[in-house]
Amino acid sequence: MVTLAEPKPAVSLQTLPGDDVRQIMWRFADRYELQMLMQGARAVARGPVARLVAAGGRNSHDWTPEKNTLLQHYDDSGITAAFLEPEYGGFIAGPKNLALALVAFELAWVDAGAATGSLASNLGLAPIHERGTPEQRAKYVGGAVPVKPGEDRKQIRAAFALTEPIPFVGVETGMLAGRVRIAEWKDGSEPLLHVDKRGRFITNMGFANVVTAAVESDDAKIKGSCMVILEEGDPGIWDRGTPTKKLVHQLSSTNDPVFNLKVPASRIVGGYTVKDGVIIPNYSHSEIIEAVFRRTRVTVGLMTSAKLLSAVEPIMLYHRRRFRGGQGAPGTPRYELGIQQKEDALHRLVDIWATGEASSSLGFEAARMFDVLDPLEQEKDRIFAEKKLTGRAATKELAKAQDEALKLINAHQPIENPLARFAQLDSLAGVLCPACKLWNTGHGANMMREAVSLMGGYGVTEDCPGFLGQKWMDAQLEATYEGPEAVQRLQLSITMTSELFLTQFKQWIAEMKRISSERPGTGACALGTAMKLWLWTLQHVQTATDADGAKLYHKSRQGVTFPLADALCWLLAARQFILDTIELETKGAENPALADGLAGTVAFFTDLCHVQAARAAGEVGRIATEIGHGYNRHPAWDDASCHACYCAEELTNLEGVIPGIDGSARAYSDVTENGEAHARKAGPCVKCTGLEPFVALRAKLDTCITGCRLAKDRAAESLTKVMTREALDYPA
Amino acid sequence: MSTAYQIIVCAGIVPDPLQTLEPVASPTGPALKNEMMLPAVLDPWAGHALYEAANLAKNTPGSKVWLVSLGPKAKLQQVMMTVAQRVPFELIALDGPASGFTEAAEVAAALAEAIQTIPGLDKSKLLVFGGWESASRGAGATMQMVGERLGIVDQFQGVDQGNLPEPKNNPQVGMTNMRTVMPALQKAKPTKLAGEGLTFASVTLPKQMRETKIVKDKSADDIAKEIVEWIKK
Ligand SMILES: Cc1cc2nc3c(=O)[nH]c(=O)nc-3n(C[C@H](O)[C@H](O)[C@H](O)COP(=O)(O)OP(=O)(O)OC[C@H]3O[C@@H](n4cnc5c(N)ncnc54)[C@H](O)[C@@H]3O)c2cc1C
Repeated sequence: MVTLAEPKPAVSLQTLPGDDVRQIMWRFADRYELQMLMQGARAVARGPVARLVAAGGRNSHDWTPEKNTLLQHYDDSGITAAFLEPEYGGFIAGPKNLALALVAFELAWVDAGAATGSLASNLGLAPIHERGTPEQRAKYVGGAVPVKPGEDRKQIRAAFALTEPIPFVGVETGMLAGRVRIAEWKDGSEPLLHVDKRGRFITNMGFANVVTAAVESDDAKIKGSCMVILEEGDPGIWDRGTPTKKLVHQLSSTNDPVFNLKVPASRIVGGYTVKDGVIIPNYSHSEIIEAVFRRTRVTVGLMTSAKLLSAVEPIMLYHRRRFRGGQGAPGTPRYELGIQQKEDALHRLVDIWATGEASSSLGFEAARMFDVLDPLEQEKDRIFAEKKLTGRAATKELAKAQDEALKLINAHQPIENPLARFAQLDSLAGVLCPACKLWNTGHGANMMREAVSLMGGYGVTEDCPGFLGQKWMDAQLEATYEGPEAVQRLQLSITMTSELFLTQFKQWIAEMKRISSERPGTGACALGTAMKLWLWTLQHVQTATDADGAKLYHKSRQGVTFPLADALCWLLAARQFILDTIELETKGAENPALADGLAGTVAFFTDLCHVQAARAAGEVGRIATEIGHGYNRHPAWDDASCHACYCAEELTNLEGVIPGIDGSARAYSDVTENGEAHARKAGPCVKCTGLEPFVALRAKLDTCITGCRLAKDRAAESLTKVMTREALDYPA
Repeated sequence: MSTAYQIIVCAGIVPDPLQTLEPVASPTGPALKNEMMLPAVLDPWAGHALYEAANLAKNTPGSKVWLVSLGPKAKLQQVMMTVAQRVPFELIALDGPASGFTEAAEVAAALAEAIQTIPGLDKSKLLVFGGWESASRGAGATMQMVGERLGIVDQFQGVDQGNLPEPKNNPQVGMTNMRTVMPALQKAKPTKLAGEGLTFASVTLPKQMRETKIVKDKSADDIAKEIVEWIKK
């Protein structure tokens, strides 16, 4: 007898994901200091920041008194102090990458310019925080603590000056025009430096009173380059310059300043030694910048992610209410669903949401990784200092640690030695950071445009709920400052080929396949196959040459290296989203507040994962195919190839002798019809000799995405049912 | 200088007022749709009482503020992430329902019992503050009963001056509060409300009318005039 299975109650998304859900997915459910910080930042974002945007505060290039009031809000809410160590007046102990990522996320939910403005002070201080001497840290980082009532002190507000007027430093940060010379060096006393630096697009410059500036030596008595600390009030020229006429992030201050100042040598960030009468800075400007940007770029990536997720609710509210006038009566689909009756509008919103999730997952994972990496890096520095390892010796020691890490990873054993653990995580961070900066902002900007277009004409007005038009335009800056996309691709093209990274990547492929057997709905299977295809292509191009025998994987060949970097980002983001959804499913059960809605939320996110995995697989397939085939020359109708062709007439004659030859020859070779020199096409069809595994993998990938559109349909349906707020919690 | 006070603030949590509130029938009586999933806030009236209490305590050295709250512990915790950063207090948490459909008398009994068991409580210094929304659907009945149970028979209801600004966020205060808030949540007493004798004939949301108009360059006076006209209509 056949019995019908008990119909399962349909689980679907009940409410938009709240803080409980996010705390689990982004792994800070047990960190109440971060939860409080997030609430503090949210209150500023959805309060004074939103009100200023709604009042047209962005419509000016100047640093207005209204914009200036935001600084006080950042101070009062704990945003300013979030960067500081408790010893300097902060309230969060330990590494703060995740903390600052959450602040950026919350502020950018409303206005990324506010996020930039608040974080730029940290950026200005970061060289000192990362590499400064203890005295420099105490003075400048300590001085950035908000002034308490009754305290007589000028709070330090910092800016970071690397970029120079054209034709000087931009993307390529190596060759500086900013100069440092010895102004005076009396025997036995501290040398006095003469610093000459012009900045372009320097954030916070409308009000900063301390600047960390990148300069190069113009004096035989100073070696190389360094960063120096400049203070307002130092003798010489401190000209803030004119405000930049930005089209974006107007709630941050940007100027082109000019500095020509005399400062003591103790202002060299990280200090210096004197050898044979020459000042040798302990850190070059590029060493410092590398340490700074690695961390701060992640926060920038998360700004765009926040905006994508912030767009979901305004779009849903707009769509649902679109046709409530006229004849539509409550209860009719037209009245209740409005534009949500249309599949395309739903599908596009699913794509926006999935991108927002995947990019947030990637960004927060990167931020957390730096939180683990920071103390390991300090430990590494301590060990190196103890063993007096510098330069080559240090590189050698690190290579040893990498080998150890590699062996242990291959043996599936835990890594305990801090140097090896550092090497392992460093290889991941070196990929995740540029991937997040590149993909979250670049692809995020494209998806913000989609969001704007779903709001119709409203999308491009200042009155658009959720400020989506501004958020779209702003995303272009997020993709540009702190190193535009080209810089991130450049970095990825190096770090993604490291053996240590690729070894872990291979294990991730196995992990995705394992996950897919337990949770087929996540699309992890397609993702795993896409990861294989990417890896095959990367390994192939590292030894293959193009049709002219030129190397494919070469730093000058950005047409190969850059798209492969892009492809990797898609994979990393989709993978992390799957992992975060699994985390929600496993840990969510522990939170009673989630009991009612957990299954529905997990089911919905699982469908979004599938959508994102399929989209990633599609991108990887497209890129890998262009690169795998695109550098071979298409065969032409030359003598040799024409000779290999069958002639239709010939085949008809042979058919009598060898029945079936006509059909099979046509399937395997080119056949010229009677009266034609050759078939009407570019040349004989391509034989993929050597690329057979690639062709097979590509074909397999196409079938692996089976079911992804069903997932998209389900997700789209959820969008029509989920409960929303009556109104947004910030003005428009 | 006057004596130090011991100020108890009873505060419930309510769903964030911007959320869609939809009454539904549940096996245990009326409920709000997806209530557990919706973000909650401190009952705004009780919040105000808390700020008044903190202000009084600040100006009266030696005073102390307790916040007594009955609600699902996981939701209370989320609300604390905001409230605990505002003013110093010690939390006494009771883990139980906080829907708008509890019986005010039962809630009052639970709160009064929790207050009575605060170690070192000196009734001669005691002030009890509260809100009026959460456990009584805006009837304002809960606090009166809490007072009666504590033997406070001379009560002043609705004495809030309402002119204190909301205190600024202060993460340092938050970090200090959290040292007691987290343990208090961990040991929150499970509190069952039987709901005996309580029946709901019907449940509807208060009728409300929302008319939004965006004006950018009108004076406050003009806006006030326009609102008065609108109300008169
Ligand atoms: C609002 C704003 C705020 C800023 N704040 C600061 C700040 O606080 N401090 C600071 O120091 N700087 C700041 N900047 C500067 C910012 O970091 C630079 O604008 C950015 O790094 C790009 O440099 P560039 O504008 O000179 O572009 P360019 O160097 O001219 O590059 C332009 C484009 O050329 C292409 N390109 C260049 N080099 C390569 C390459 N090697 N390979 C492939 N393609 C390449 C890329 O498409 C690139 O996007 C800010 C900029 C803006 C707009």
